[in-house]
This record gives sequence, C-alpha cells and structure tokens, in this order.
Amino acid sequence: MNDLIPAVSIFAAAMAVGLGAIGPGLGEGRAVAAAMDAIARQPEAAGTISRTLFVGLAMIETMAIYCLVIALLVLYANPFVK
Amino acid sequence: MRSPLVLEPLFHVGPVAVTEPVVVSWAILACLGGASALATRRLKLAPSRPQAALEILVDAIDAQIRDTLRNDPAPFRALIGSIFLFVLAANWSSLIPGVEPPTAHFETDAAIAAIVFVATVAFGLRSRGLAGYLATFAEPTWIMIPLNVIEQFTRTFSLIVRLFGNVMSGVFIVGVVLTLAGLLVPIPLMALDLLTGAVQAYIFAVLATVFIGAAVGEAETKHPSNDRGTA
Repeated sequence: MNDLIPAVSIFAAAMAVGLGAIGPGLGEGRAVAAAMDAIARQPEAAGTISRTLFVGLAMIETMAIYCLVIALLVLYANPFVK
Repeated sequence: MRSPLVLEPLFHVGPVAVTEPVVVSWAILACLGGASALATRRLKLAPSRPQAALEILVDAIDAQIRDTLRNDPAPFRALIGSIFLFVLAANWSSLIPGVEPPTAHFETDAAIAAIVFVATVAFGLRSRGLAGYLATFAEPTWIMIPLNVIEQFTRTFSLIVRLFGNVMSGVFIVGVVLTLAGLLVPIPLMALDLLTGAVQAYIFAVLATVFIGAAVGEAETKHPSNDRGTA
C-alpha cells in the first residue's frame, strides 16, 4: 500500500502534464495561425497584433503551467506521502 | 533531485533565514540601481553613448506603455520599467554560473505580483477616487461583483504561477538534461531559456500595464496618443 501512492503519483503527474498540454497546444496553434493570417492581410498592424498575440499566448500557456505546477506538487509536496 | 518548491536557507541574520533567491535579488537590485545611478549622474542635452542607449531603452518602454494604455506613460514608467528590467535581469541571471534565477522560486514571483496588485489598487484609487474605483467592480452589471472581486486575486495568482512555472521549468529541464548528458547538450535548451525569460519578462510587464490600465480606465485620457495616425 505504501508503495502504491508514490507510483500512482508519478503516473498522475505524467498524465497531468501530458493531457494538460493538449488543450493549450491546440489553442496556441489556432491563435498563432489566426495572428499569421491577420499579419498577412494587414502587415502594417504587425506590431499591435504580435503584442496582443504574446499576451494571449501567455494567458493560454498558463493552463499548461497550472498542470505543470500540479504535477510538481504531486511529485514533491504530496500530502499523502510521508 | 532537489524539490523546486523547497528553499534551503543559506545563512541566518539573527532569527531571519536568508535564502539564495533573496541574495541574488538584492545583488540584481544593487547592480541595476548602481548602474542607473551611474548612468544618470551627468545627463547632457547632447547624449553620450551610454546615455543614448539608456534613452532608447526608456523610449521603448514608454512606447509600449503608451501603446497599451493609450495614455501618458509618465506615471507608470518607473514601476513598469523597473518590473520589466528586474524580471529580465532575474531571468537572465542564470547566465552566471552557479546562480539560479530568483524568479524560479515562488516567493520572488509572489513578491513582484503583490507589488503589481497593490499598485493596481493604488493607481485605480488615485485616478477614480474610492467611489469611482469601487464602481468599476459593478461593471457591466452588479451581478458581476463577486466575479470581479475573485478576478482580482486569481489574475494575481496566475501572474505568479506563469512566471514561476516558466522560469522554474526551464531550470528544471536543464537540470534533468544535465544529469543525462553532460557537455554541450543543454546549451540549446539554455538558449531557449533566455528567449523564454525575455518573453516572460515582457509579458509580466505588459500584464501589469494592462491591469493598471484597467483600474485607471479611460477617465484620465485627455489627449489620445498621436502616434497611431488615423488607424
């Protein structure tokens, strides 16, 4: 029983990062594609578009970072592992 | 491997335990402060090379703030510029061998985000007054009040976690790769770290600007920026 919790924790951490990166990955891909499209249509607005894009990407990326932090909490600060 | 969430105290000053990020942060503050004090000691109308470089930097920060806020950047220049330069220097301090970036620890990021949080409230109160600032929580309708109050804290938290997660994961990955393959292999990852560090410093500063801009609102806008042309 005592070995089970660390094993499950490691698996859970891997799943958290692996599955949690899918959504933000798709979202960032769509955002970048849309920004590329916008810059191609309107090259003079490239500065504004890329600034907004960076901020938006940071927002989306935070979801994946949350998963990473949860995974680290599970690995290093797990309340169920003595 | 050492947990990235735990800090070992380096030494004790009386009852206060001093950790490595604190020492590195103070060293960065001393370097940045000393350098800017030296550089601005003899300001001339016809700038020397260091002064010209400094003016380009200040101009770039001003332009970013003006673009984001559509407002006079003067009241926000000191805060936003300092936050940007400090986070950038902290993220890039891993270039010095043996130094771990202080932003790779939760506490440093929490301190900077707390400054942003307090500054947001202070700028909002100063430009709108107490009643006006509290009224912004009831926008667009009063039903949004709980959500708007929660948002104040969640966005500060996400500001902390974003910087922490990005910088710490960079340090962590370099550490993992270093244990697997020694020489030369971690160098591309470290280069990627520098890029991430710069982007994160920029994003942290932009988000701080956006938060402050949302609190200040359009009320202060007397003359919209004239550098946008007719667009």
